[in-house]
Amino acid sequence: MMDQPSMLELVKAVQSFIETKAMPELKGHTAFHARVAANALGIVARELELGPKTANTEEARLATLLGREGSLEDLNRDLCQRIRESRIDIQSEALRRHLELTTLDKVSIDQPTYSGLKIAKSR
Amino acid sequence: MPQVDFLADLDHALALALPGFERVDIITRLSGGASQETWSFDALINGRREPLILRRSPGGGARVTEGSASIPLETEAVVIEAARVTGVAAPRVRYVLKEEDKVGHGYVMDRLAGETIARKILRDTEFDAVRPRLAYQCGAILAKIHQVDTAVLSKVLPFIDGPAQLRRYRDLYDSYDYPHPVFEFAFKWLEPRMARAKRQTLVHGDFRHGNLLISPNGVEAALDWELTHIGDPLEDIGWICTNSWRFGVADKVVGGFGDLRDLLAGYEEAGGGKIDIDEARTWIVYGSLKWGVMCMSMYQGFRNDGSVERAAIGRRSSETEIDLVNLIIHGRM
Repeated sequence: MMDQPSMLELVKAVQSFIETKAMPELKGHTAFHARVAANALGIVARELELGPKTANTEEARLATLLGREGSLEDLNRDLCQRIRESRIDIQSEALRRHLELTTLDKVSIDQPTYSGLKIAKSR
Repeated sequence: MPQVDFLADLDHALALALPGFERVDIITRLSGGASQETWSFDALINGRREPLILRRSPGGGARVTEGSASIPLETEAVVIEAARVTGVAAPRVRYVLKEEDKVGHGYVMDRLAGETIARKILRDTEFDAVRPRLAYQCGAILAKIHQVDTAVLSKVLPFIDGPAQLRRYRDLYDSYDYPHPVFEFAFKWLEPRMARAKRQTLVHGDFRHGNLLISPNGVEAALDWELTHIGDPLEDIGWICTNSWRFGVADKVVGGFGDLRDLLAGYEEAGGGKIDIDEARTWIVYGSLKWGVMCMSMYQGFRNDGSVERAAIGRRSSETEIDLVNLIIHGRM
Protein backbone atom coordinates (compact mmCIF):
# COMPACT_ATOMS: atom_id res chain seq x y z
CA MET A 1 0.00 0.00 0.00
CA MET A 2 1.37 3.37 -1.02
CA ASP A 3 1.70 6.16 1.51
CA GLN A 4 -0.16 9.42 1.66
CA PRO A 5 -0.72 11.69 -0.28
CA SER A 6 -2.86 9.81 -2.77
CA MET A 7 -2.32 10.07 -6.53
CA LEU A 8 -5.30 12.38 -6.75
CA GLU A 9 -3.95 14.67 -4.04
CA LEU A 10 -0.54 14.81 -5.74
CA VAL A 11 -2.00 15.65 -9.13
CA LYS A 12 -4.23 18.33 -7.69
CA ALA A 13 -1.31 19.84 -5.75
CA VAL A 14 0.80 20.07 -8.94
CA GLN A 15 -2.13 21.53 -10.88
CA SER A 16 -2.68 24.16 -8.20
CA PHE A 17 1.05 24.97 -8.10
CA ILE A 18 1.10 25.59 -11.88
CA GLU A 19 -2.03 27.74 -11.79
CA THR A 20 -1.37 29.87 -8.73
CA LYS A 21 2.43 30.02 -8.45
CA ALA A 22 4.10 29.24 -11.79
CA MET A 23 1.74 30.84 -14.31
CA PRO A 24 1.93 34.41 -12.91
CA GLU A 25 5.72 34.24 -13.45
CA LEU A 26 5.44 33.14 -17.09
CA LYS A 27 4.85 35.04 -20.32
CA GLY A 28 3.65 34.44 -23.86
CA HIS A 29 3.73 30.92 -25.26
CA THR A 30 5.18 29.40 -22.10
CA ALA A 31 2.32 30.83 -20.02
CA PHE A 32 -0.18 29.45 -22.53
CA HIS A 33 1.44 26.01 -22.42
CA ALA A 34 1.45 26.09 -18.62
CA ARG A 35 -2.32 26.63 -18.73
CA VAL A 36 -2.66 23.71 -21.15
CA ALA A 37 -0.51 21.59 -18.83
CA ALA A 38 -2.66 22.49 -15.80
CA ASN A 39 -5.81 21.64 -17.77
CA ALA A 40 -4.28 18.28 -18.71
CA LEU A 41 -3.71 17.56 -15.02
CA GLY A 42 -7.38 18.44 -14.48
CA ILE A 43 -8.26 15.63 -16.90
CA VAL A 44 -6.02 13.24 -14.94
CA ALA A 45 -7.65 14.24 -11.64
CA ARG A 46 -11.18 13.74 -12.98
CA GLU A 47 -10.26 10.43 -14.59
CA LEU A 48 -8.76 9.22 -11.29
CA GLU A 49 -12.01 10.10 -9.55
CA LEU A 50 -14.61 9.15 -12.15
CA GLY A 51 -12.79 6.80 -14.56
CA PRO A 52 -13.19 3.46 -12.74
CA LYS A 53 -16.96 3.89 -12.29
CA THR A 54 -17.60 5.08 -15.84
CA ALA A 55 -15.48 2.25 -17.25
CA ASN A 56 -17.53 -0.28 -15.27
CA THR A 57 -20.90 1.05 -16.41
CA GLU A 58 -19.66 1.34 -20.01
CA GLU A 59 -18.46 -2.27 -19.95
CA ALA A 60 -21.75 -3.50 -18.47
CA ARG A 61 -23.77 -1.66 -21.14
CA LEU A 62 -21.53 -3.00 -23.92
CA ALA A 63 -21.86 -6.56 -22.61
CA THR A 64 -25.66 -6.25 -22.72
CA LEU A 65 -25.67 -4.54 -26.12
CA LEU A 66 -23.32 -7.07 -27.72
CA GLY A 67 -24.44 -10.15 -25.78
CA ARG A 68 -20.91 -11.16 -24.77
CA GLU A 69 -18.16 -10.49 -22.24
CA GLY A 70 -14.72 -9.02 -22.87
CA SER A 71 -12.29 -6.25 -22.01
CA LEU A 72 -13.46 -2.68 -22.51
CA GLU A 73 -11.24 -2.20 -25.55
CA ASP A 74 -12.20 -5.56 -27.00
CA LEU A 75 -15.92 -4.74 -26.66
CA ASN A 76 -15.47 -1.28 -28.16
CA ARG A 77 -13.62 -2.74 -31.14
CA ASP A 78 -16.42 -5.27 -31.58
CA LEU A 79 -19.06 -2.53 -31.47
CA CYS A 80 -17.13 -0.50 -34.08
CA GLN A 81 -16.92 -3.53 -36.34
CA ARG A 82 -20.64 -4.26 -36.02
CA ILE A 83 -21.61 -0.67 -36.82
CA ARG A 84 -19.28 -0.64 -39.81
CA GLU A 85 -20.62 -3.92 -41.16
CA SER A 86 -24.24 -2.87 -40.51
CA ARG A 87 -24.66 -5.79 -38.11
CA ILE A 88 -26.11 -3.29 -35.68
CA ASP A 89 -28.64 -0.74 -36.94
CA ILE A 90 -27.66 2.90 -36.34
CA GLN A 91 -31.36 3.58 -35.71
CA SER A 92 -31.29 1.19 -32.72
CA GLU A 93 -32.46 2.93 -29.55
CA ALA A 94 -30.22 0.75 -27.37
CA LEU A 95 -27.16 1.68 -29.45
CA ARG A 96 -28.01 5.38 -29.41
CA ARG A 97 -28.62 5.34 -25.65
CA HIS A 98 -25.26 3.63 -25.08
CA LEU A 99 -23.38 6.10 -27.29
CA GLU A 100 -25.01 9.05 -25.54
CA LEU A 101 -24.33 7.82 -21.98
CA THR A 102 -20.75 6.84 -22.79
CA THR A 103 -20.03 10.17 -24.44
CA LEU A 104 -21.54 12.13 -21.53
CA ASP A 105 -19.11 10.35 -19.19
CA LYS A 106 -16.12 10.90 -21.49
CA VAL A 107 -16.71 14.63 -21.90
CA SER A 108 -17.37 15.01 -18.16
CA ILE A 109 -13.79 13.82 -17.66
CA ASP A 110 -12.13 15.50 -20.65
CA GLN A 111 -13.91 18.85 -20.71
CA PRO A 112 -16.68 19.36 -18.13
CA THR A 113 -17.32 22.96 -19.20
CA TYR A 114 -17.76 22.19 -22.92
CA SER A 115 -20.82 23.88 -24.45
CA GLY A 116 -21.99 20.68 -26.17
CA LEU A 117 -22.05 18.89 -22.82
CA LYS A 118 -24.35 21.55 -21.36
CA ILE A 119 -26.67 21.15 -24.35
CA ALA A 120 -26.72 17.36 -23.95
CA LYS A 121 -27.42 17.60 -20.22
CA SER A 122 -30.15 20.22 -20.66
CA ARG A 123 -32.36 17.68 -22.34
CA MET B 1 15.91 44.00 -36.57
CA PRO B 2 16.59 40.29 -35.90
CA GLN B 3 19.04 38.34 -38.06
CA VAL B 4 17.02 37.10 -41.02
CA ASP B 5 19.18 35.01 -43.31
CA PHE B 6 17.11 35.65 -46.45
CA LEU B 7 16.74 39.42 -45.98
CA ALA B 8 19.25 40.55 -48.62
CA ASP B 9 17.72 38.15 -51.14
CA LEU B 10 14.21 39.37 -50.34
CA ASP B 11 15.36 42.99 -50.77
CA HIS B 12 16.86 42.08 -54.13
CA ALA B 13 13.75 40.22 -55.33
CA LEU B 14 11.31 42.96 -54.31
CA ALA B 15 13.52 45.68 -55.86
CA LEU B 16 13.01 43.99 -59.23
CA ALA B 17 9.32 43.30 -58.64
CA LEU B 18 7.87 46.43 -57.03
CA PRO B 19 8.45 49.84 -58.71
CA GLY B 20 9.93 52.40 -56.28
CA PHE B 21 10.86 49.71 -53.73
CA GLU B 22 13.65 50.84 -51.40
CA ARG B 23 14.02 48.20 -48.71
CA VAL B 24 12.40 45.81 -46.25
CA ASP B 25 11.96 47.22 -42.75
CA ILE B 26 10.83 45.81 -39.39
CA ILE B 27 10.47 42.13 -40.24
CA THR B 28 9.14 39.73 -37.59
CA ARG B 29 8.17 36.09 -37.64
CA LEU B 30 4.48 35.57 -36.91
CA SER B 31 4.14 31.81 -36.90
CA GLY B 32 5.12 28.66 -38.58
CA GLY B 33 6.49 25.20 -38.24
CA ALA B 34 9.29 23.39 -39.98
CA SER B 35 7.62 23.38 -43.38
CA GLN B 36 6.08 26.86 -43.52
CA GLU B 37 6.71 30.36 -42.11
CA THR B 38 4.68 33.55 -42.01
CA TRP B 39 6.57 36.86 -41.70
CA SER B 40 5.21 40.35 -41.16
CA PHE B 41 7.22 43.26 -42.55
CA ASP B 42 7.04 46.81 -43.84
CA ALA B 43 8.34 47.72 -47.28
CA LEU B 44 9.57 51.25 -47.94
CA ILE B 45 8.19 52.10 -51.38
CA ASN B 46 8.57 55.61 -52.85
CA GLY B 47 9.17 56.91 -49.33
CA ARG B 48 5.96 55.33 -48.01
CA ARG B 49 5.64 52.44 -45.61
CA GLU B 50 3.54 49.53 -46.88
CA PRO B 51 2.47 46.71 -44.53
CA LEU B 52 3.10 43.30 -46.10
CA ILE B 53 3.12 39.60 -45.28
CA LEU B 54 5.54 36.95 -46.56
CA ARG B 55 4.39 33.34 -46.61
CA ARG B 56 7.25 31.04 -47.45
CA SER B 57 8.47 27.51 -47.26
CA PRO B 58 12.27 27.64 -46.97
CA GLY B 59 13.06 24.31 -48.58
CA GLY B 60 10.03 24.22 -50.81
CA GLY B 61 9.00 20.88 -49.35
CA ALA B 62 5.40 19.77 -48.95
CA ARG B 63 3.47 21.45 -46.16
CA VAL B 64 1.77 19.24 -43.63
CA THR B 65 -1.43 20.19 -41.79
CA GLU B 66 -3.07 17.72 -39.40
CA GLY B 67 -4.34 14.96 -41.64
CA SER B 68 -4.72 17.21 -44.67
CA ALA B 69 -2.72 17.73 -47.81
CA SER B 70 -1.85 21.37 -48.46
CA ILE B 71 -1.46 22.83 -51.92
CA PRO B 72 1.87 24.46 -52.94
CA LEU B 73 2.27 28.11 -51.95
CA GLU B 74 2.47 29.20 -55.62
CA THR B 75 -0.94 27.64 -56.23
CA GLU B 76 -2.30 29.26 -53.07
CA ALA B 77 -1.23 32.66 -54.48
CA VAL B 78 -2.98 31.95 -57.80
CA VAL B 79 -6.23 31.00 -56.03
CA ILE B 80 -6.19 34.04 -53.72
CA GLU B 81 -5.76 36.35 -56.71
CA ALA B 82 -8.47 34.57 -58.70
CA ALA B 83 -10.82 34.91 -55.73
CA ARG B 84 -9.91 38.55 -55.02
CA VAL B 85 -10.47 39.74 -58.59
CA THR B 86 -13.88 38.02 -58.50
CA GLY B 87 -14.81 40.17 -55.51
CA VAL B 88 -13.90 37.91 -52.59
CA ALA B 89 -12.52 39.77 -49.56
CA ALA B 90 -8.92 38.53 -49.64
CA PRO B 91 -5.47 40.15 -49.45
CA ARG B 92 -3.87 41.32 -52.69
CA VAL B 93 -0.93 39.15 -53.72
CA ARG B 94 1.97 41.48 -54.54
CA TYR B 95 4.66 39.04 -55.64
CA VAL B 96 5.21 35.31 -56.07
CA LEU B 97 8.77 34.19 -55.28
CA LYS B 98 10.85 32.75 -58.10
CA GLU B 99 13.50 30.06 -57.87
CA GLU B 100 16.30 32.56 -58.62
CA ASP B 101 15.21 34.80 -55.70
CA LYS B 102 16.74 32.23 -53.31
CA VAL B 103 14.11 33.04 -50.65
CA GLY B 104 12.36 29.69 -50.97
CA HIS B 105 8.85 29.05 -52.24
CA GLY B 106 6.12 31.49 -51.32
CA TYR B 107 4.59 34.87 -51.96
CA VAL B 108 4.19 38.41 -50.63
CA MET B 109 0.74 39.89 -49.98
CA ASP B 110 -0.83 42.95 -48.38
CA ARG B 111 -1.08 42.94 -44.59
CA LEU B 112 -4.62 44.03 -43.74
CA ALA B 113 -5.76 45.37 -40.37
CA GLY B 114 -8.03 43.25 -38.21
CA GLU B 115 -8.31 40.53 -35.60
CA THR B 116 -8.28 36.74 -36.05
CA ILE B 117 -8.45 35.60 -32.41
CA ALA B 118 -11.92 34.18 -31.71
CA ARG B 119 -11.93 35.03 -28.02
CA LYS B 120 -11.47 38.74 -28.82
CA ILE B 121 -13.96 38.82 -31.68
CA LEU B 122 -16.62 37.08 -29.58
CA ARG B 123 -16.02 38.94 -26.28
CA ASP B 124 -14.36 42.36 -26.79
CA THR B 125 -16.73 45.34 -26.73
CA GLU B 126 -15.21 46.93 -29.84
CA PHE B 127 -16.81 44.10 -31.87
CA ASP B 128 -20.24 44.35 -30.18
CA ALA B 129 -21.77 46.46 -32.95
CA VAL B 130 -20.46 44.44 -35.89
CA ARG B 131 -20.96 40.94 -34.40
CA PRO B 132 -24.63 40.56 -35.47
CA ARG B 133 -23.67 41.37 -39.09
CA LEU B 134 -20.79 38.88 -39.39
CA ALA B 135 -22.87 35.79 -40.28
CA TYR B 136 -24.53 37.59 -43.21
CA GLN B 137 -21.13 38.83 -44.40
CA CYS B 138 -19.62 35.35 -44.15
CA GLY B 139 -22.51 34.07 -46.26
CA ALA B 140 -21.85 36.71 -48.92
CA ILE B 141 -18.10 35.99 -48.98
CA LEU B 142 -18.70 32.25 -49.27
CA ALA B 143 -21.19 32.79 -52.10
CA LYS B 144 -18.52 34.73 -54.00
CA ILE B 145 -15.84 32.13 -53.31
CA HIS B 146 -18.16 29.45 -54.64
CA GLN B 147 -18.80 31.46 -57.82
CA VAL B 148 -15.12 31.86 -58.75
CA ASP B 149 -14.50 30.49 -62.25
CA THR B 150 -12.91 27.07 -61.84
CA ALA B 151 -12.00 26.46 -65.50
CA VAL B 152 -8.34 27.34 -64.90
CA LEU B 153 -8.17 26.52 -61.17
CA SER B 154 -9.44 22.98 -61.65
CA LYS B 155 -6.17 22.23 -63.51
CA VAL B 156 -4.06 23.03 -60.44
CA LEU B 157 -6.33 22.18 -57.49
CA PRO B 158 -7.20 18.80 -56.02
CA PHE B 159 -10.76 17.59 -56.53
CA ILE B 160 -12.32 16.48 -53.23
CA ASP B 161 -16.13 16.26 -53.16
CA GLY B 162 -18.32 14.98 -50.33
CA PRO B 163 -17.79 11.25 -50.85
CA ALA B 164 -14.04 11.83 -51.29
CA GLN B 165 -13.89 13.89 -48.08
CA LEU B 166 -15.61 11.14 -46.15
CA ARG B 167 -13.32 8.48 -47.61
CA ARG B 168 -10.25 10.54 -46.79
CA TYR B 169 -11.18 10.94 -43.12
CA ARG B 170 -12.39 7.34 -42.88
CA ASP B 171 -8.96 6.20 -44.12
CA LEU B 172 -7.22 8.49 -41.66
CA TYR B 173 -9.41 7.27 -38.79
CA ASP B 174 -8.80 3.65 -39.78
CA SER B 175 -5.04 4.21 -39.89
CA TYR B 176 -5.03 5.19 -36.19
CA ASP B 177 -6.60 1.84 -35.24
CA TYR B 178 -8.29 3.10 -32.06
CA PRO B 179 -12.02 2.43 -31.55
CA HIS B 180 -14.45 5.37 -31.51
CA PRO B 181 -17.97 3.92 -31.79
CA VAL B 182 -19.48 7.42 -32.13
CA PHE B 183 -17.26 8.11 -35.15
CA GLU B 184 -18.28 4.78 -36.71
CA PHE B 185 -21.90 5.75 -36.08
CA ALA B 186 -21.35 9.17 -37.69
CA PHE B 187 -19.57 7.70 -40.73
CA LYS B 188 -22.47 5.31 -41.21
CA TRP B 189 -25.01 8.13 -40.86
CA LEU B 190 -23.11 10.36 -43.28
CA GLU B 191 -22.36 7.86 -46.05
CA PRO B 192 -25.79 7.89 -47.75
CA ARG B 193 -26.25 11.62 -47.14
CA MET B 194 -22.85 12.52 -48.60
CA ALA B 195 -23.35 10.36 -51.68
CA ARG B 196 -25.06 13.23 -53.49
CA ALA B 197 -22.66 15.98 -52.31
CA LYS B 198 -20.90 16.19 -55.63
CA ARG B 199 -21.19 19.82 -56.72
CA GLN B 200 -17.96 21.26 -58.03
CA THR B 201 -17.02 24.78 -56.98
CA LEU B 202 -14.01 26.44 -55.49
CA VAL B 203 -13.99 25.64 -51.75
CA HIS B 204 -11.90 27.62 -49.25
CA GLY B 205 -11.39 24.50 -47.15
CA ASP B 206 -10.67 26.11 -43.77
CA PHE B 207 -13.23 28.91 -43.39
CA ARG B 208 -13.36 29.45 -39.60
CA HIS B 209 -12.05 31.59 -36.73
CA GLY B 210 -8.32 32.04 -36.99
CA ASN B 211 -8.53 32.37 -40.76
CA LEU B 212 -11.10 35.19 -40.84
CA LEU B 213 -9.70 38.69 -40.48
CA ILE B 214 -12.37 40.74 -38.70
CA SER B 215 -12.35 44.43 -37.77
CA PRO B 216 -15.03 46.59 -36.09
CA ASN B 217 -16.17 47.28 -39.68
CA GLY B 218 -16.78 43.64 -40.57
CA VAL B 219 -15.04 40.70 -42.22
CA GLU B 220 -11.99 42.17 -43.94
CA ALA B 221 -10.59 39.04 -45.57
CA ALA B 222 -10.52 35.27 -45.76
CA LEU B 223 -6.95 34.14 -45.03
CA ASP B 224 -5.00 30.86 -45.09
CA TRP B 225 -6.06 29.28 -48.33
CA GLU B 226 -3.70 26.33 -48.08
CA LEU B 227 -6.49 23.72 -47.96
CA THR B 228 -8.46 25.17 -50.88
CA HIS B 229 -9.76 22.68 -53.44
CA ILE B 230 -12.56 21.95 -55.86
CA GLY B 231 -15.44 20.33 -54.06
CA ASP B 232 -18.93 20.69 -52.63
CA PRO B 233 -19.60 24.29 -51.48
CA LEU B 234 -21.59 23.13 -48.45
CA GLU B 235 -18.29 22.03 -46.91
CA ASP B 236 -17.36 25.65 -46.14
CA ILE B 237 -20.79 26.38 -44.63
CA GLY B 238 -20.69 23.28 -42.42
CA TRP B 239 -17.16 24.04 -41.18
CA ILE B 240 -17.85 27.61 -39.95
CA CYS B 241 -20.95 26.20 -38.17
CA THR B 242 -19.10 23.34 -36.43
CA ASN B 243 -19.56 23.70 -32.67
CA SER B 244 -15.82 23.48 -31.97
CA TRP B 245 -15.47 26.80 -33.87
CA ARG B 246 -18.19 28.54 -31.82
CA PHE B 247 -15.80 28.89 -28.89
CA GLY B 248 -18.39 28.32 -26.18
CA VAL B 249 -21.21 30.39 -27.73
CA ALA B 250 -23.12 27.33 -28.93
CA ASP B 251 -26.45 29.06 -29.57
CA LYS B 252 -24.81 31.25 -32.22
CA VAL B 253 -24.37 28.51 -34.79
CA VAL B 254 -22.14 30.50 -37.16
CA GLY B 255 -18.74 30.89 -35.51
CA GLY B 256 -20.28 31.78 -32.14
CA PHE B 257 -21.40 35.15 -33.55
CA GLY B 258 -24.44 34.56 -35.74
CA ASP B 259 -27.43 32.57 -36.90
CA LEU B 260 -27.44 30.12 -39.79
CA ARG B 261 -30.44 31.86 -41.40
CA ASP B 262 -28.42 35.12 -41.60
CA LEU B 263 -25.51 33.31 -43.24
CA LEU B 264 -27.87 31.65 -45.72
CA ALA B 265 -29.56 35.00 -46.45
CA GLY B 266 -26.19 36.60 -47.21
CA TYR B 267 -25.30 33.58 -49.32
CA GLU B 268 -28.47 33.74 -51.37
CA GLU B 269 -28.36 37.51 -51.89
CA ALA B 270 -24.78 37.32 -53.13
CA GLY B 271 -25.87 34.87 -55.81
CA GLY B 272 -24.93 31.62 -54.11
CA GLY B 273 -28.39 30.14 -54.42
CA LYS B 274 -30.73 28.64 -51.85
CA ILE B 275 -29.23 26.20 -49.37
CA ASP B 276 -31.28 23.40 -47.86
CA ILE B 277 -31.04 23.37 -44.04
CA ASP B 278 -30.84 19.58 -43.87
CA GLU B 279 -27.93 19.59 -46.31
CA ALA B 280 -26.20 22.23 -44.20
CA ARG B 281 -26.77 20.03 -41.15
CA THR B 282 -25.17 17.07 -42.91
CA TRP B 283 -22.04 19.16 -43.44
CA ILE B 284 -22.06 20.39 -39.82
CA VAL B 285 -22.06 16.73 -38.78
CA TYR B 286 -19.17 16.18 -41.16
CA GLY B 287 -17.36 19.18 -39.62
CA SER B 288 -17.57 17.70 -36.14
CA LEU B 289 -16.47 14.28 -37.37
CA LYS B 290 -13.56 15.80 -39.29
CA TRP B 291 -12.38 17.81 -36.28
CA GLY B 292 -12.73 14.68 -34.14
CA VAL B 293 -10.44 12.73 -36.47
CA MET B 294 -8.07 15.72 -36.59
CA CYS B 295 -7.87 15.55 -32.78
CA MET B 296 -6.79 11.92 -33.19
CA SER B 297 -4.11 13.18 -35.61
CA MET B 298 -2.93 15.58 -32.92
CA TYR B 299 -2.27 12.61 -30.66
CA GLN B 300 -0.13 11.07 -33.41
CA GLY B 301 1.77 14.37 -33.61
CA PHE B 302 2.23 14.32 -29.84
CA ARG B 303 3.79 10.86 -30.07
CA ASN B 304 6.40 12.37 -32.37
CA ASP B 305 7.15 15.66 -30.62
CA GLY B 306 5.87 15.27 -27.03
CA SER B 307 4.00 18.62 -27.19
CA VAL B 308 1.65 19.10 -24.23
CA GLU B 309 -0.64 21.19 -26.46
CA ARG B 310 -1.06 18.36 -28.99
CA ALA B 311 -1.58 15.88 -26.16
CA ALA B 312 -4.37 18.01 -24.73
CA ILE B 313 -6.04 18.41 -28.14
CA GLY B 314 -6.01 14.61 -28.45
CA ARG B 315 -8.48 14.56 -25.57
CA ARG B 316 -10.77 16.95 -27.46
CA SER B 317 -12.04 14.07 -29.62
CA SER B 318 -14.80 13.56 -27.07
CA GLU B 319 -16.14 17.11 -27.51
CA THR B 320 -16.89 16.27 -31.14
CA GLU B 321 -18.54 13.04 -30.02
CA ILE B 322 -21.03 14.88 -27.81
CA ASP B 323 -21.66 17.31 -30.69
CA LEU B 324 -22.31 14.32 -32.98
CA VAL B 325 -24.72 12.87 -30.39
CA ASN B 326 -26.55 16.22 -30.16
CA LEU B 327 -26.69 16.59 -33.95
CA ILE B 328 -27.54 13.09 -35.12
CA ILE B 329 -29.51 11.61 -32.22
CA HIS B 330 -31.28 14.74 -31.00
CA GLY B 331 -31.31 16.88 -34.14
CA ARG B 332 -29.78 19.83 -32.30
CA MET B 333 -27.40 22.13 -34.12
